[in-house]
Amino acid sequence: MDTRVTRSWDTRATERARRLSRAQTALGASLDNKRVVAEHATRLLEAVIAPFDRVCLEGNNQKQADFLARSLAAVDAAVVHDLHMVQSVLALPEHLDVFDKGIATRLDFSFSGPQGTRLARLVAQRRIQIGAIHTYLELFGRYFVDLTPHVALVTAHSADRHGNLFTGPNTEDTPVIVEATSFGGGIVVAQVNELVETVPRVDIPGDWVDFVVRAPTPALVEPLFTRDPAQISEIQVLMAMMAIKGIYAEYGVQRLNHGIGFDTAAIELLLPTYGESLGLKGKICKHWALNPHPALIPAIEAGWVESIHSFGSELGMEDYVRARPDVFFTGRDGSLRSNRAFSQAAGHYACDLFIGSTLQVDLAGNSSTATTGRIAGFGGAPNMGADARGRRHGSEAWLKAGREARNGLQGARGTPRGQKLVVQMVETFREHMEPAFVETLDAWELAGQAGLPLPPIMIYGDDVTHVLTEEGIANLLLCRDDGEREQAIRGVAGYTAVGLGRDRKRVAALRERGIIRRPEDLGIDQRDATRNLLAARSIRDLVRASGGLYRPPKRFRNW
Amino acid sequence: MSMSNELERLHFEFTGGRPVGPFVPALVGVVGSGNLEVLVEPREDAACTVEVSTSARGFAPIWEAVMEDFRERHPLAGLRVSINDMGATPAVVSLRLDQAVAEIAGPRP
Repeated sequence: MDTRVTRSWDTRATERARRLSRAQTALGASLDNKRVVAEHATRLLEAVIAPFDRVCLEGNNQKQADFLARSLAAVDAAVVHDLHMVQSVLALPEHLDVFDKGIATRLDFSFSGPQGTRLARLVAQRRIQIGAIHTYLELFGRYFVDLTPHVALVTAHSADRHGNLFTGPNTEDTPVIVEATSFGGGIVVAQVNELVETVPRVDIPGDWVDFVVRAPTPALVEPLFTRDPAQISEIQVLMAMMAIKGIYAEYGVQRLNHGIGFDTAAIELLLPTYGESLGLKGKICKHWALNPHPALIPAIEAGWVESIHSFGSELGMEDYVRARPDVFFTGRDGSLRSNRAFSQAAGHYACDLFIGSTLQVDLAGNSSTATTGRIAGFGGAPNMGADARGRRHGSEAWLKAGREARNGLQGARGTPRGQKLVVQMVETFREHMEPAFVETLDAWELAGQAGLPLPPIMIYGDDVTHVLTEEGIANLLLCRDDGEREQAIRGVAGYTAVGLGRDRKRVAALRERGIIRRPEDLGIDQRDATRNLLAARSIRDLVRASGGLYRPPKRFRNW
Repeated sequence: MSMSNELERLHFEFTGGRPVGPFVPALVGVVGSGNLEVLVEPREDAACTVEVSTSARGFAPIWEAVMEDFRERHPLAGLRVSINDMGATPAVVSLRLDQAVAEIAGPRP
């Protein structure tokens, strides 16, 4: 039987050619090779985007294709409608305006940070159908499977006349988006700050790019990883001491990723002081998947850090990075080359430890940043904060964690393998006395409100290996059943209702077995936990530590 | 947490502790958002009293648990503890109490 279908096999190429010629007609003489004038950007988008297209609007953690976002929000919804937006981050109002105006109806994304409340409202009003809230790697993966964009709207620093793009330090998601779109038969439109004769380096080859628009204003880039050391508390210093002595030293953690926040900034600032006093230099924290955190400058300068690969950049760190090419990945032009897809893969597979904060932890150790009425998404934490089940390389830290988890087990569950260390570091109460430990995550209620098939849990409890609070460390690897796990979590949950609900006898027994360790069990005297231990106590100290190379932005988010 | 201008006042009293003897009053911490001030003064009798004045209303059971643990860590008598709180977390409260006791106990060996 002949099962061959009769069809043409190049419909994507034909459609692409049709759209390119439609753009040519719409723009006429104003189209100079690939260059489109800014006033015609919306006209271009109306010509190359068709209803029901999947469109990737480059919305990253830091840099934004803001001009193209505005241009897309300005298209005629009678011409361009029912788009399926696929993008990493919903950061700008325009990212949701397209749904308000009926230009788009479907959404697959990773993180929505500042737009989380409005997103929840639009979902409740059924203006947006969410496909899924992905992790970064998962969304990027789907760009190559079943969510390949028909059109990508990206941003770069500069372009030459062939369309070669230079992204500068904030390369971020551009390569993965353009690769999927261009080789998937789609159309790539780039906004740039400058048109130049020759780009300093080629981040995206010109023949993958169809149109280039010089935006009237430089693309928005936000500093997200700057934390003012002046705001680090003594409690955070104490927790950082416990992390270094009770986890990093204990497992010999060489390769790691730090989540964003003051808790992890405190660890970074304690390496050259407290870490040094414990004789840990050269034994821990040598290789990082990390954005260029200003708080890591003192540790780099003290010779702790061998390498850092970055997801994105951080405003103000450009000159410092340029002056430390042995540590950072840099181009022949000298500036940082970041890449979110590769750094996420590195963070997932090649790191021994992920440590980060969260908003809520339940009795199973599930961790979530979702709160009622706000769909925030996850970003990178779930890739970093998940055991890499495909990993094979046996580092000391990974093997030790695996031994602790599998000790005494038989069969498939007892087969020797390692495990990634995934640490949730939280003060038992957040600001305004919001408890970080809860019986039920808000994520469950949110799943109901938004019609999600699963509660949006950021890090699954069975991936969490340690919960670290000001009260101590709970080692969940050593727990042998759900009851022990629950009491281990209650045992570090302080005066929250969850903490007060502990079984004191069982918690004492867990402490005997080293499953719960208090500061004093680790040989840490709380009275030593002062801000004097911080290698930098202000932004000015960081500038000084960098030899004047770090230039802090005037404004940065400091949550 | 409901912040209001009206302060909530709480009183705790413990007995049966070890008399600390005479000491110079000690003040630790500052009155600022998320922080607190702890003043420790000697008392004539063998009690240990704690007066709490807090801007964060409605957390009496947590204060009680924090004070119970404080008494367990430091079973002392003959002192009056006064707390001016501006919404500090229990961890910070416990830390300041420990710092205050360390102050009156003199320098560490």
